[in-house]
This record gives sequence, C-alpha cells and structure tokens, in this order.
Amino acid sequence: MAKKKFVVGCFDDEAVLFPAVKKVRTAGYKIHDIYTPFPVHGLDHAMGLRETSLHTAGFIYGITGTTTALSGIGWVFTKDWPVNIGGKPHFDLPAWIPITFELTVLFAAVGMVLTFCYLCQLSPFIKKHHFHERATDDLFVMVIECTEKTNSDDLQAFLRTNGAVEVNVQNAEPGWWLGLYGKEDQLIRDTQVVA
Amino acid sequence: MHLKYESQLREPLVSGNKDYHQVSEDICRPIEVKPTKLWYVGFFIAITFLCFGVYCVYREVTYGIGQWNLNKTIGWGWDITNFVWWVGIGHAGTLISAILLLFRQGWRTGVNRAAEAMTIFAVMCAGQFPVFHMGRVWMAFFVLPYPNTRGPLWPNFNSPLLWDVFAISTYLTVSLLFWYSGLLPDFATVRDRAKTKLRKMLYGVAAFGWTGSTKHWQRHESLSLVLAGLSTPLVLSVHTIVSFDFATSVIPGWHTTIFPPYFVAGAVFSGFAMVQTLMLMLRKVFLLEDYITMGHIEAMNKVIVLTGSIVGVAYLTELFMGWYSQNKFEGYTFWYSRANLFSPYGWSYWGMMACNVISPQIFWFRKLRRNIYVTFFMSIIVNIGMWFERFVIIVTSLYRDYLPSSWSPYYSPTIWEMGFYLGTFGLFFTCFFLFAKYFPVIAIAEIKAVLKTSGENFKETVGKEEEMQPETFAHEYAHAH
Repeated sequence: MAKKKFVVGCFDDEAVLFPAVKKVRTAGYKIHDIYTPFPVHGLDHAMGLRETSLHTAGFIYGITGTTTALSGIGWVFTKDWPVNIGGKPHFDLPAWIPITFELTVLFAAVGMVLTFCYLCQLSPFIKKHHFHERATDDLFVMVIECTEKTNSDDLQAFLRTNGAVEVNVQNAEPGWWLGLYGKEDQLIRDTQVVA
Repeated sequence: MHLKYESQLREPLVSGNKDYHQVSEDICRPIEVKPTKLWYVGFFIAITFLCFGVYCVYREVTYGIGQWNLNKTIGWGWDITNFVWWVGIGHAGTLISAILLLFRQGWRTGVNRAAEAMTIFAVMCAGQFPVFHMGRVWMAFFVLPYPNTRGPLWPNFNSPLLWDVFAISTYLTVSLLFWYSGLLPDFATVRDRAKTKLRKMLYGVAAFGWTGSTKHWQRHESLSLVLAGLSTPLVLSVHTIVSFDFATSVIPGWHTTIFPPYFVAGAVFSGFAMVQTLMLMLRKVFLLEDYITMGHIEAMNKVIVLTGSIVGVAYLTELFMGWYSQNKFEGYTFWYSRANLFSPYGWSYWGMMACNVISPQIFWFRKLRRNIYVTFFMSIIVNIGMWFERFVIIVTSLYRDYLPSSWSPYYSPTIWEMGFYLGTFGLFFTCFFLFAKYFPVIAIAEIKAVLKTSGENFKETVGKEEEMQPETFAHEYAHAH
C-alpha cells in the first residue's frame, strides 16, 4: 500500500496545544489525530470530533442481559422444569431480581469493553504506527495529514510558530492500524472551536 | 495560563516539584529496577504460605470437610467467615475506583489502581472458600445453569446461594475489566520507556497497542464513567447478596432486615483498613510518598471512622431488636450467646466491639488521623475486628440451635482449616507482590490529568498569581501569546 505523508508537531503544554489546534484547523489543515499522555478535556471538541456513542451500546448490552436473565429463568421455572419450592409461585419475579441485575451489569460491562477494543482496534499482538514515543509520557503529538497541495516545510514552520517544541515529517501506511476514524467521526463541518 | 482551577484551600494531591515526565519516572521506577531484598523476602514468605494453603486444600479435597472441625450444628465455620471477610475487603477497591469517581473525589487517583488490584485478589481469595466448602469440588460446575443430561436439572434461581455465584463472578469480571481498561494507557507508558526488547514486547502485548489518540481517550473516558456507574450498584449488590445468604434464613441472629446496609458498611470499613495496610507499605517501599500523601491517608481514615460508626449503630440496633422483638430465640442469641462476655463465645463479640466500634473513634482527632503509625496499627485492628464480626454472626448463631440436644460442643478450627485461611493470604500477597513489581501501581495518566490543578508546585504558582496586583499580572502575562 502506498505510504502517506504526515507532519508531526509535538507540544509540551496543553495550554499551548489548544490555541494551536484552533489555528491549524482555521488554516484548513486536516488534523489526523492528536496523541496525548492523558485525556485532555475539551480536546475532542476542539478537534471537532463527534461525541462517542459507546454508552448507548452499553445500554443495549445491558438490556440484552436483563432480557436473557428474565427469559432464561422464566422459561426454566415455568416451562422447562417447574419445581415446587415451598409452595411458592413458579413465576417468582422478586426472587429473580438479583440474578437479573447481575447479568445486566455483566453483559453491559463485557459488551462495552469488547466494543471499545473493537472500535479503537486494541488487542494484544497488534502493530500500530507510533508517531512519537513520548506521546505516552509528556508530549502532546499533533499529526497532520498531507495532501498533494500541502507544503510540508510551511506547515512545519507554522506549527513551530504556534508553539510546537519538535516537528518532523513521517511516512506511514494508511490503514486502520493508524487509528483512522470512520468518515462520520471526522466532522470537520462543526467549526466551533472551544479553547 | 491555566485551563483548570482548584481552590487553594484544598491540599495538593501530588506533592513535590513534578512535571509530566517526572510522574512517569517516579511511578515506572519500581518496574524498571531490580526488586529489593525486601521484595524477595516478602514474596518468598507469601509463596510459602500459599504452598501450605495448597496442601491444606489437598487434604480437604482428599478426606472431605471433616478435615475442618465443622459438624452438623456448625456447618459454616472459619471458611464462610473467611469468604465474607475477603469479599468485604474487596469492596473498598470498588468504592475508591467507582463510587469516588462518580462523586468526583480527586484524591482517589493516587490510590485507585492498587486498591482495585486489592479488590481483584481479595475476590479471588474469597471465591476459594465456598467452592471448597462444597466438599466435592470437582462437581463445582453444577452451580452453573447449563443444559445438561440430568433432566436437564437447573440450579435453584430463587436461592441466595446461587445469587452469590452470579454476584461474585460478575463482580470479579467487571472489576477485572475496569482495572485492565484503566491499565492500558499506563502499560503503553511503560512500553514506550522500555529499554530492553523483551520488556518492550511484553508491555506492548499488555498495552494492546494503545497510542493515546484523542478519539480513543474520548471513548476511554466514556467507558470508565459507565463502568463506574455499573460498578457502583454492583458493589452494593454483592455484599447485599452475601448478607441474603444469612438474612433469608430463619436462624436467630441472621433473620434480620438490617443485614444488607450493615454488611455493605462493614465491607467498606474492613476494605479501607486493608487499603491502608497496603498503601502504607507501598508508599514506603516504592518511595511514593509524593503521590499517596498524608491527605490521602486522612481521607481514608475519615471513611473508616464513618463506616465503623455505621457498623456500631447496626450492632446496637440488633441488640435493641433482640430485646424489643420479645422473641425468645432472638433474645437468647443476642443477649446470651453474644453480648454476655461469660458465654462460650462472648469474648469474640466483645473483641469485635472493641476493634470495630470503640477503637476507630480515635480518628475523630486530626492528629491521630494523620499519624502513620496509628493508622497502620488501627488498620490491622479493624481487619481483625471485622473478621470477628463474621465469626460472631456465623458461629454464635449456629452453635446452639432450636434443639438443645444438637447443641454443638465448643467449636475450634483445625490446623487445616486455619491453613486454608493462611493460604489465601499467601495467594493474596503473592499476587500483590507481583502486581507491585510489574504493574504501574499508581494510575499514571490519571495523576497527570490532575497534576496541573492539584500538584503542589502548580498550586503554588496559581496562589502567587492570585495575590498579584492586576497591574503586575497584566505586565507579567501581557506577552504570553
């Protein structure tokens, strides 16, 4: 696969990063991603990223667990093998609440974590392109995708004037292992920048 | 320029002059250097205990639970006491990692990783007891509801003992997921600092290829929040269900509606004591005093005095109800078997009272809350007291039942029963020593996220700026951009 060219600018302070993101975006460059050592609040908005709907997925997994538990126990105790336990009703909903609750939580948690790993393409033995090894230590690494029109020298100088402490150009194969988002995640039309 | 602000009145969560890199350095250091002699000694002792525990379990499996001194009257002795005790220990970890996250308590960041590790290891230890108490442990899978050739014969979904199976296994799974998802970014930090190929490979596998992408962080935050939201009712449900094991029976002393909240408070109480024991050692051995500060210790001691007092109120309420109900059996259990110091097990009741209710009251004094030695001593006392609580509940209710002819003679455990308990200590500490050596014991990313609001040096800077005259401030910062 053809390699793509990226300009990488590293910042050492999130307070410098935010105005830089704003300027880079207003200048019309396409930010591929920003790699940070910890979650920087508001950075996703500043980049114009869509809100995640992971929690919705969690809700769906949760009610799947609820239904599984209720229908499973209900079937066992009323249809498959109705046991007379101290003359109590076969359909004994209050006594099923604990297991129903536990399965709701279990399904929601397991489902969400698997979905999270799938969406972020996280798994053991996966190889990804890491733009800077200090991105997990103390640097905020902004990666800008170059098109044919992009003058990478200009862009590097632009990043420097906006406070980047280190800039370079890297080639990497485009593909999901870069951590590319789906199209709908890169909503550039939302230009309101919070900084 | 500062993006976030926190009141100057709040004690810094991270002391010392730290920047982001220094945080990585401090927390990754124990992983990157050879373990100390003390570590080897501790690890060896833990392994020894574990081996003895394995031998005791081997004897139990071979000869049956007659190896323990259980009899027809006292069917639940040390083993279920230990089960409840270990599950309770686990609760503090989830309280710190989940409930305090929802309550936005900044101080949790310093201790949540190790506290959650404690939860997982404690629940692993707890699980051993009911499983081996089954006697025929090779049939343990009968508790799982799966289509089988015996009918199919299903487990009784209306039984609290089966609820326990679901509660404990869900609790272990969810805690593990919560813990590991939080570990991913920190494993990535260790991976990217690694000097040797092997370490890079191993931590690379452990980090699942984490890059720190903003989108991933966004999802990670959402995941943590929802998992915290799920764990909060989960942790309350787990000990509630454990208390149902007792409360749904018709044994005097167990058959009370107060049990769920009383057990949950007790669980948090004992769990925090164990967190204190572990954290005080951890901060000392790994030089993490800047991250687990006196403020953290004080905050945990406040939780201990609160939950200890809740437990105390529960004890008194039980005694009151033992009299007020005018039920002879309840009265006998509470006022004779327990509260009477001269009854066969009266010593355990008053031991419990002294350890759980009376002694933690010293934490009303700030000086004592902030004293490391007092805290360490108290953490051990509370752990002993909470073990006694479960012993009291189980044994004093069982040993004299409705039929005096089947009253049990004095119950004392065998060496194998005690060895099993010691063995779980071995398991717990073996796991904890490995964790302390190979895992980032403090959530690196979370500390970095609060560093600029709650770090000592950053707070100082902000404090100075606050005191500046507007003209000086403008002069200093006018050309910042």
